[in-house]
Amino acid sequence: MTAPFDHSDDSVVVVIGTGAGGGTLANELAQKGVSVVALEAGGRHLPDDYINDEWESFGQLAWLDKRTTSGGWRVSKDFAGLPAWIVKAVGGSTTHWAGASLRFQEHEWKAASTYGGVPGASLLDWPIDAAEMDPWYAKAEAKMRVTRTNGLPGLPGNNNFKVFEAGAKKLGYEDVHTGRMAINAVPGGDRAACQQLGFCFQGCKYGAKWSTAYTEIPAGEATGNLEVREHAHVLRIEHGDDGRVTGVVYAERDGTERRQAARVVAVAGNSIESPRLLLNSASSMVPDGLANSSGQVGRNYMRHMTGSVYAIFPEPVRMWRGTTMAGIITDESHNDTSRGFVGGYEMETLSIGVPFMAAFLNPGAWGRAFTTAMDGYENMAGMWLVGEDMPQESNAITLHPNERDQFGLPVPNVNFTDHPNDVAMRNHAYAQGSAVYDAVGAVRTMPTPPYPSTHNLGTNRMSEKARDGVVNKWGQTHDIANLFISDGSQFTTGAAENPTLTIVALAIRQAEEMAGMMSRGEI
Amino acid sequence: MKADIGSTPRSETGLRGLTRRALLAQGATAGAALVVGGGFVAHATQSWAMEVRGLAPATMATLIQMARDIYPHDRIPDANYAIAVKGHDEQSQEDPAHAAMIEGGVATLDTLASSAGHGSYLGAGWEADRVALLRQIEGTPFFQTIRGGLVVSLYNQKAVWPIFGYEGSSFEHGGYINRGFDDISWL
Repeated sequence: MTAPFDHSDDSVVVVIGTGAGGGTLANELAQKGVSVVALEAGGRHLPDDYINDEWESFGQLAWLDKRTTSGGWRVSKDFAGLPAWIVKAVGGSTTHWAGASLRFQEHEWKAASTYGGVPGASLLDWPIDAAEMDPWYAKAEAKMRVTRTNGLPGLPGNNNFKVFEAGAKKLGYEDVHTGRMAINAVPGGDRAACQQLGFCFQGCKYGAKWSTAYTEIPAGEATGNLEVREHAHVLRIEHGDDGRVTGVVYAERDGTERRQAARVVAVAGNSIESPRLLLNSASSMVPDGLANSSGQVGRNYMRHMTGSVYAIFPEPVRMWRGTTMAGIITDESHNDTSRGFVGGYEMETLSIGVPFMAAFLNPGAWGRAFTTAMDGYENMAGMWLVGEDMPQESNAITLHPNERDQFGLPVPNVNFTDHPNDVAMRNHAYAQGSAVYDAVGAVRTMPTPPYPSTHNLGTNRMSEKARDGVVNKWGQTHDIANLFISDGSQFTTGAAENPTLTIVALAIRQAEEMAGMMSRGEI
Repeated sequence: MKADIGSTPRSETGLRGLTRRALLAQGATAGAALVVGGGFVAHATQSWAMEVRGLAPATMATLIQMARDIYPHDRIPDANYAIAVKGHDEQSQEDPAHAAMIEGGVATLDTLASSAGHGSYLGAGWEADRVALLRQIEGTPFFQTIRGGLVVSLYNQKAVWPIFGYEGSSFEHGGYINRGFDDISWL
């Protein structure tokens, strides 16, 4: 069913990456009759291949190409070569994501206006708002079959949720439920219902969770307009004398370089690789990198304020059983500066297995303070804290001066330091998360530091004015009309919400606009 | 990438069964329960022995004790700690620099133990005394190599998961939808 396009065919849209942004965009364009070549650095893994084993799955799916880190964040010390925990495979990180699908709150589109001047933060309002995005969110929720939307039921609560819910209610929180999840509670959309495996992060073996790998991609391929090339690692984007992009050069699995011509290029390699690709595509005409006249490519890297609280109870919880993140408290997600910070955070249930708990509970720790915590594993409940972090210019993806990857290209360095607002929010969230568990009899609570980043955002940000960012309200680069950004790197600010739903909504919207621009002959 | 990420333990087993009498006849005791002989470390009561080729057997015995002292779980038997550090012997067979780092690190540990009046690391009878010695070297590449490796090589052994109550892969059992995903009863 795939449509093979010639390497010299310059009528195609080349989409780089097949995750939430790229996979959705590729399918949406294909449905409209646009010819698309999607280039995916990883291989194709489907539910039959997924492995219910944390390290084995990590080896199968994770993006493990060389990266470096710097800055004040603890990840740089504990996981110096692993700034982000994201996926290299068809489907990208929609293979690995937990499924939480939350719309931005209205004020989160206008962070600069709402929060005012925050010293040290490079806040900016999005050039779009909640009303503009409402219909696109609706399309995304329908496509992904998000629970508690369109009449779909919520997921049943597992043991971890029941502890979380009971604590939340005792504490007086009001908005507590099993979440808006792109995981089927009932079968539909060619996806099975959740069987409560407890391995959402390792790829859903029942395909109950929405992932572009087995929804958008095959749907696009079935049109005959989409060709997905696996193990096609894009090295650079090329441009002509007029500045417009003309094609991309990629390496096949054996290292052979190929060039694919393009009418339009859409970059969706996640917020580390996407800016890296633009920077690595520098030429004598654009020595600072493609689409980088503002100097903003790679800057304003955000990763959400995150942290976890695990708590040990006198009796078993067995938190690993069932949907990993089907539980949310939204009471702290609003903007209430009386708490000592701007923005808000969500509290979401979370569980990891013994192998990952050993690695992430308190990296570097040893001795009985650590092992007695591990001994409490069966009696543990857990939650993730995810809130809006402040964009800062110096938090940035840059090209490493010496380190090179397997293709001889500069590797990305990820520099990140928490903003004081992030620290204040995390401390508040740790205290509230612990209080939830204390309310139902926890004997020990453990404020657990952020993991390698799963939400990577902001490094090609959307801005009204060309000088403030990299792309306009359509994700089209300010500098180059036929070059688009289609992933979370276009986020102007991060909001408190898990980003995938917004990435998908933006991709559906972008496809509509891009197809229009093409039919009008604008690109 | 650090040693504790992205690697899986080299050997899930690698230990041989042995009669207690046979090994006691061959070796000298090292620490509470380990017996060291020519080319092997064995356990005095648990009927297993491990061939040691890249390191001195006494060094391996120290590593096994050190592994338990770094991540002490009283319900995990010594065999799992032995499996967890066996990779250093295998790596030492191919990499003299690794062998030198391990042997040097253990020698330093024994020197510190001797200065503290314990004779050797294994001669220190209380865990707290051994931990005090480890605290003196915790910033060294030797200690961090051993500790970092254990994060995966100990906790990723499927054999230890039931000790923590963890049930591992669930797909082959149909998940937990009919097996207690919501069976909590004490709330």
